[in-house]
Amino acid sequence: MNALYSLLFVFLLVLIPLFGVDAAHMKTIFGVCIPITAFIIFLLGFIYKVVNWGRSAVPFRIPTTGGQFKSFDPVLFKQNKYDCPQTGAQTFVRMVLEVFAFRSLFRNTEASLHETKGGPVVAYKSSKWLWLFAITFHYSFFIIALRHLRLFLEPVPFFVNGLEFVDGLLQIGAPTMYLADIGLVAGVLLLLGRRMINPRVNYISYVSDYFPLFLILAIALSGVYMRYFAMVDVIAIKELTMGLVTFNYHIPETIDVSFFVHVFLVSVLMVYFPFSKLMHLPGVFLSPTRNMPNDTRAKHHVNPWNDPNIKAHSYADYEKHFGPAMAEAGLPLDNPENAGAEEKA
Amino acid sequence: MKMHYGAPIIVGLVIFVGALCAPFVVGMAVTKTYKQPELKMPANEKECVESKEFMREKHMQLLNDWRDWALRDGKRIYTNHAGKEFTISLQNTCMKCHISKADFCDKCHTDAGVSPYCWDCHIQPEGLK
Repeated sequence: MNALYSLLFVFLLVLIPLFGVDAAHMKTIFGVCIPITAFIIFLLGFIYKVVNWGRSAVPFRIPTTGGQFKSFDPVLFKQNKYDCPQTGAQTFVRMVLEVFAFRSLFRNTEASLHETKGGPVVAYKSSKWLWLFAITFHYSFFIIALRHLRLFLEPVPFFVNGLEFVDGLLQIGAPTMYLADIGLVAGVLLLLGRRMINPRVNYISYVSDYFPLFLILAIALSGVYMRYFAMVDVIAIKELTMGLVTFNYHIPETIDVSFFVHVFLVSVLMVYFPFSKLMHLPGVFLSPTRNMPNDTRAKHHVNPWNDPNIKAHSYADYEKHFGPAMAEAGLPLDNPENAGAEEKA
Repeated sequence: MKMHYGAPIIVGLVIFVGALCAPFVVGMAVTKTYKQPELKMPANEKECVESKEFMREKHMQLLNDWRDWALRDGKRIYTNHAGKEFTISLQNTCMKCHISKADFCDKCHTDAGVSPYCWDCHIQPEGLK
């Protein structure tokens, strides 16, 4: 049901620009006002969220580790530097692997139950499907986003042209098929399929899990439709998009309605982004279980929100303080001398 | 406003927001105003193989079809939507009127950031520089 609600909602979102542009001719609203407003909401919402996270209390050290800690015998038990980082540099490498290679997902395991003669046995094995789907999806999305810079920059920078060449390397059809387009649609469909088919993932999936997937699928399909089927006038679209970035708004007449659908869906994504699970984009950098070195045994960490007026009270001092009372009550004392007269502190 | 690890968080935010706003800065500072490129139209021919709108949006598909028909199927005659016949040939039909790649093809292709591979095999009309 959650998936169905999300799909229906995305259908409704597609209808809005279809009617708005085709029937009501509100091209300025859908071509300029909505995308600019959405971009501002995206930026402000993003900053607000991240600053809000930055203001919240940070626990001392809570990294989740997946490897050997630096041990008393480094020859026998070698430290796993990137799964149990203990210095800033090691943590940096861990974060690079996390951000660029999705290492946590790569280390994913799957538990299964097997019936044997001696009773049921639990087995764990490496499960890389989620990693594969996720990395296909994310890199395709990133490449497509970068490629769109050709519409927002004049002259077009060299790396966008290079990306265009590599992405269209197979030279299939005209306009050339982009590999990232295939990757994005395939990636979303696989992630969506996993959510719907795997019963355990399905059970914990909400509308807020399905909606972004359907929305991104609709964005990808509308983009694919524009490029390969409707064959929209790219130069006219560039005139509009360059109008947005030079604050010189102009809407050419020849732009197909599919462009407005695409832009509206992207605007919805931008508005939705800061208030949704999609904030894992900055979140991955701010994950205390990943971005902290595991050095609690090497360094003394003081809780940053401790009241500085409250001094630490060690057990040795405590026993000195309450020694006579403890002795009277028959409690064991580490230092029997404390049983005597109370020390004047 | 007290932030924990504020410096790296602010630096990261500035980089992210800066990257997103870079097109606006480039647009204001470098591009200023953007106009669709002016193409140099053929001097003595008013009609292309198909209508202007068709050629604007679907010329790449037409050229792709032409290549397949001419080179793979040996079909050298194209009948357009108005019923007029043309010889299928980039060199002898298209480039007869469009005598400069730099003044015609490249104008939009540079702006759109695309580099069609026509010229991997064909020699551009104005010759190799």
